[in-house]
Amino acid sequence: MEKKFICIRCPQGCEITTTLDGLGAITDITGNSCKLGIDYVKSELSDPRRTITTTVAVTGGELPLCPVWSEKPIPKDRVMEAAAVIRPITVAAPVDINQVICENILGTGINIISSRAITKGGQ
Amino acid sequence: MKKIYDVVVIGAGPAGLAAAIEAKKSGAGDVLIIERNNEPGGILLQCIHNGFGSVIFKKDLPGPAYAWNFIEQARSLNVEMVFDTMVVDITGGRKIYASNSVEGFIELDAKAIVLAMGCRERTRAQIMAPGDRPAGVFTAGMVQRLVNIEGYMPGKNFVILGSGDIGMIMARRLTLEGAKVIKIIELLPYLTGLRRNYVQCLQDFGIPLELSTTIKRITGKKRVEAVETVRVDETLTPIAGTERVIACDSLILSVGLVPENELSRKAGVVLDPLTLGPVVDETMATNVPGIFAAGNVVTIYDLVDYVSMAGATAGISAAKFAAGAPVSPPAFTLTPGDGVRTVMPQKITGLSGPDASVLVELRASREFAGRVSVNILEDENIVYSHVEKYARPAEMITLKINWNETAKKLSNNKSGLKVNIAKI
Repeated sequence: MEKKFICIRCPQGCEITTTLDGLGAITDITGNSCKLGIDYVKSELSDPRRTITTTVAVTGGELPLCPVWSEKPIPKDRVMEAAAVIRPITVAAPVDINQVICENILGTGINIISSRAITKGGQ
Repeated sequence: MKKIYDVVVIGAGPAGLAAAIEAKKSGAGDVLIIERNNEPGGILLQCIHNGFGSVIFKKDLPGPAYAWNFIEQARSLNVEMVFDTMVVDITGGRKIYASNSVEGFIELDAKAIVLAMGCRERTRAQIMAPGDRPAGVFTAGMVQRLVNIEGYMPGKNFVILGSGDIGMIMARRLTLEGAKVIKIIELLPYLTGLRRNYVQCLQDFGIPLELSTTIKRITGKKRVEAVETVRVDETLTPIAGTERVIACDSLILSVGLVPENELSRKAGVVLDPLTLGPVVDETMATNVPGIFAAGNVVTIYDLVDYVSMAGATAGISAAKFAAGAPVSPPAFTLTPGDGVRTVMPQKITGLSGPDASVLVELRASREFAGRVSVNILEDENIVYSHVEKYARPAEMITLKINWNETAKKLSNNKSGLKVNIAKI
């Protein structure tokens, strides 16, 4: 069986064609420009993951929101669930960059961390 | 603030930060960045999604984290930054006029200037979308700022016009925040953003994309109530009878970016009618001595990493100029040939850098499905060639050319070179 993918590991977006045997094992990969493409296809077939990026509310900060992200990709089918867990979180300023905002999201062992600093400020 | 600086950079986005950092590292004493926002980082601050830094840091960072690396470096090198300040005029003699609410009117002299003002979004007025004029029509970057920085959700049910990257990224972002994105429509028969964004922003969330379709009419009294879409043929002409009315409360426009060059024009900088940015050489020098430019103000990039690299080049060049280094006039011009829509730099001195490496950024004028060669030609003679797996208008092609090698193949009396894309 043939299966096509567009690699998302870098902006190049290689179109990758894979051939799978009856058990779903890869017998051939073409179209990738580098090793990342092979990793991507393998993970899409066994355990597709995505980095989640969103915001949390900040109290007492120069800005009302702080952008956050999962320090590693989380299972793709749990992204909406993770967004729902992160949405009600509020943190108090000051927030440092790479500060842990939510530990071990959905029991994945992956932390949600801030992607910038928010200083205390007058709102 | 001082009255005279070695290098003044206009804009504290990725190009401006990199320019200021490299100007300092290259020996410029007093380096100032003037920024109209209240903090450095530029558009990266609202680009909270990941995907930045794959070239420079070999990492996949969110926009604010990417910017953080440069902001910290600028601070540690004592780059002076002034915020909430608007530059109103620049002269060809490198006098800068600006204003802010603390110091009032400001007059500065710069030994060298780097223009790094970035770009603006095309709006409804520029695409002439017909219909009523209700609230609820936004540009994609505006929605990005509202949702990611200011904390407002500007609607409930969205239709997005244009398959550019910001539109696709906002489709995912709005979905994650609980809004409904009904569909993205695109006038052209192909995606105008990166394909990986089609996968991770649209496919992952089941958001439909309709190509060869545009907006025929926006309806709504106070607020958008519906948009009427229509299919278009190969000549982009609407096909009668294919109209569909989609009920929604918001329309997002992701229909392209335009370099912001009001200040460049005032300074007498010559603009390229195709890129809409300054004509530059590979040192990022404009036609006005001592005025350099880098980033989206020059040409619209896909990747911030290349913006930072161009900014760094401009910063090094500006520091050299400020120190009194002689100016090398461009020896060659580079113009788009068959299959190429824009090319930057438009001029080449062929003298810069120890390895004389020249970065050329170009965009295809049409889709090439299979392998192509990107060539630099002197008349019909190919002096440089590079193979790509395909070429698409949506994806910028970057050539890293060793000019010493290329120059050996040039005859002595030709200065006009062309870049073309040819099927293999």
